[in-house]
Amino acid sequence: MRYPLYREARSRITLPSGRPIEDITREQLEAGRLATGDLGIHEETLRQQARIAEEAGFAALARNLERAAELTRLPDAKILEIYEALRRGERRAALEALAREIEEAHGACLTAAFLREAVAAEP
Amino acid sequence: MKDDRSTGSRRSREREAQPVRRDTTIHEWPEAGLVLMRGPADPPSSVRVESGRVVELDGRAEAAFDSIDRFIARHAIDPRVAEEAMAVPPLSMARRLFHPDVAASEVRRLFGGLTPARLVEVMAELDVLEMMLALRKMRLRSRIANQAHVTNLRDHPALLAADAAEAGLRGFAEVETTVGVAGMAPLNAVAILIGSQVGRPGVLTQAAVEEGVNLRLAMKGLVSYAETLSVYGDEESFRDGDDTPWSKAFLASAYASRGVKVRFTSGSGSEVLLGHARGRSMLYLEARCILLVKGAGSQGIQNGAISCIALPLSLPGGIRGVLAENLIAASVGLEVASGNDAMASHSEMRKTAKLMLQLIPGTDFVTSGYSVMPRQDNLFGGGNFDANDLDAWTLVQRDLGLDGGITPKGEDEVRRVRRRAAAAVQAVWTEMGLPAIGEAEVDAAVDARDSGDLPPRSRSADVEAARRFLESPATVLDLAAALARTGFAREAEALLALTRQRAAGDYLQPAGILVEDGVDLVAVSAVNDPHVYSGPGTGGRVEGERRRQLEDVPFAVDPRALGRVGEPPDIFDEGDAARPGDAPEVVVAVGPAFGGRLGATLGGLSHREVVERVLEGVRQEQVPARLVRVRHTADCAFIGHEAARLSGSGVAIGIQSRGTAVIHRRDLSPLDNLELLSHAPNLTGDSYRSLGRNAARYALGKSTEPVPVRIDNMARLKHIVQSTLLHRVEVEAATPGALPVELSLRDVVVAAKADAGSERQGA
Repeated sequence: MRYPLYREARSRITLPSGRPIEDITREQLEAGRLATGDLGIHEETLRQQARIAEEAGFAALARNLERAAELTRLPDAKILEIYEALRRGERRAALEALAREIEEAHGACLTAAFLREAVAAEP
Repeated sequence: MKDDRSTGSRRSREREAQPVRRDTTIHEWPEAGLVLMRGPADPPSSVRVESGRVVELDGRAEAAFDSIDRFIARHAIDPRVAEEAMAVPPLSMARRLFHPDVAASEVRRLFGGLTPARLVEVMAELDVLEMMLALRKMRLRSRIANQAHVTNLRDHPALLAADAAEAGLRGFAEVETTVGVAGMAPLNAVAILIGSQVGRPGVLTQAAVEEGVNLRLAMKGLVSYAETLSVYGDEESFRDGDDTPWSKAFLASAYASRGVKVRFTSGSGSEVLLGHARGRSMLYLEARCILLVKGAGSQGIQNGAISCIALPLSLPGGIRGVLAENLIAASVGLEVASGNDAMASHSEMRKTAKLMLQLIPGTDFVTSGYSVMPRQDNLFGGGNFDANDLDAWTLVQRDLGLDGGITPKGEDEVRRVRRRAAAAVQAVWTEMGLPAIGEAEVDAAVDARDSGDLPPRSRSADVEAARRFLESPATVLDLAAALARTGFAREAEALLALTRQRAAGDYLQPAGILVEDGVDLVAVSAVNDPHVYSGPGTGGRVEGERRRQLEDVPFAVDPRALGRVGEPPDIFDEGDAARPGDAPEVVVAVGPAFGGRLGATLGGLSHREVVERVLEGVRQEQVPARLVRVRHTADCAFIGHEAARLSGSGVAIGIQSRGTAVIHRRDLSPLDNLELLSHAPNLTGDSYRSLGRNAARYALGKSTEPVPVRIDNMARLKHIVQSTLLHRVEVEAATPGALPVELSLRDVVVAAKADAGSERQGA
């Protein structure tokens, strides 16, 4: 795996909006052609970073980055909602509903499984 | 309690008043968890794996797991190596960890199978030096970095920006802020983001604030790392913080999903502080934290007691235990920001002793927060090392030939970036419609000691603006646009470069930081810059350009300039070869460069003054004095002894250019003497007059009280360099075989030349 991606595989990196990373320039900025949707990291890039981490021997980080790749599809508010539900030890049913929702609406299967594991760990 | 004060000696009372005695020092109380290792409730280590699952951990079967056991068993322990690794006895594992011939990758593979209790058992086999060598080997990133704290009591944006710029300039790879007033978080984050990029493009920044707010800042691209994720090795401590291992792990993924680097926080002492240690040792609970952090998929951790540092340091083995935390974290493959941030001791010696255990091996971040500003403005309660310690820190790096992650910088450069950073936030504040920052505020931010030096500013208006900013759709792109519009093109480019790096995600890899790469940035991490150490000649060494940078402290002086002789003072006329004289007389002999190529002593006294005072003293006793120059040696004893051989009375004075003086007598061996004034920098005109008088009294055979000598233990320290340089001139002026010559003092007083002498002293 080529790393750093930015130096070794820049042309393959896209912004969350789908535009190429090379569009982040002052010309584009000054022309008003950069938007909030260009900000952040694309899920495919996170998966590539997960593979890099796995190959370098950092397996747990790789799994975290795979969950993160899924979370790129969730709106900010949903992420905050899940975090609050997890930390308040929300009832099993509520967490299960969130797990099902992100699985069905966003295809976040790894994260859903992670939430179910948290539910199962509750005493 | 026994009152030592009433019975102690004066010495012991003085010792009690030393700063270190303000530290609280206690004996162990293992049942209460006040113990670094081997708590009575620490379980024996064990592991059992069934069909690829860890079903027993440190004496507990799966059914009895608490949530932390469950999380660690599931996410942190590699079931493929657990049984192999746990079959290695702790001592043998400790040796593999220590030994440079066993590769870090092999150690890390095996450590992937160790349980918390076993990690502590391995650490218990190592002393601090062994741990330091192991830490050196296990560090993730080859390049050493450091993290800065930038805060101030008033949350002043211009000062935050200026301090962040200074941090960036000085080479800090990460800058973190926090808030005096919670509502200021968004604007504090913006101020250090802009400021840091003025100092050096690529500095990562974070705001240590409530997670919900921090996530929103992350989503706006205003922070690039998060280190607020605290974990505990005890379930109830977790519950007190309203969190679980899963909520923290979810948060880690959430930050990563927005391109934000995550580092968890833990450290010895937090559980006992919260009242939940229950007989378990600090290191055992911390080992649970470390595995939890690894299992959560964090790339790194800041540990080493952090804000609780004074608690382990109150106990035996505290500094060693805290080093063990750092070592465990590195050994399981986590980036380590190794503490040294919160106040560890009232004693500079203890603080430094503690620091050396991380500074010498080198860690990914030597401190978890070096206070770039004076500690009075440090809202983290940090400032173990602060603005006033920067010169000492850089000198220690230079002394040891090591990189502690701080680059020495001169004041001109520092002020330049401070001004530009303050001006940049001023411009952005105006562009974004935030409460205006006046010229006086910018000026004060550049040269302030602390936030008390800044003009007043409405806190309520700032807080209200911060709230509106957080709720607005504004992002880092709006800041970049504002910078571009107001002439801060370089800073606008830096924010765009950071945005590209966020999209690439390279700094999410373990120990990731950003460095400049031409006009752009590139990530350096354990993936492309792994530390590989296998003994002498290997591993990261301070070499080349970096060595030059670290050695070039701005207050270092060119010794050639320091030893500059200037125009020779020439206060004497030289006569014929000196002959033996008649009794009674005192011969006053000066060294080869005295009053010729050199003009003043180490104490800054002009040579003319010295000679005049000596002659005055001799004449007080109605004894004639004769001046000679000894030319063959620069050694004070031999100058004096040579003169004594010429003296009619057998008594003579020898004076070196640096001011050292001796009274000698012909019948003594050269290295013996009647009196020696060796503390040249402390000698005054009176000292030389007394010396002259005493020499005359010896010549007359009168009883004589030696010239009183003051002890100044710092004299050698202060003057050894100048002394070396002066003496070098004297030695050069000596001519082997040259005979002494008669001298006469010229009448002219050459004030300018005396000044040249004292200027040398002051240089």
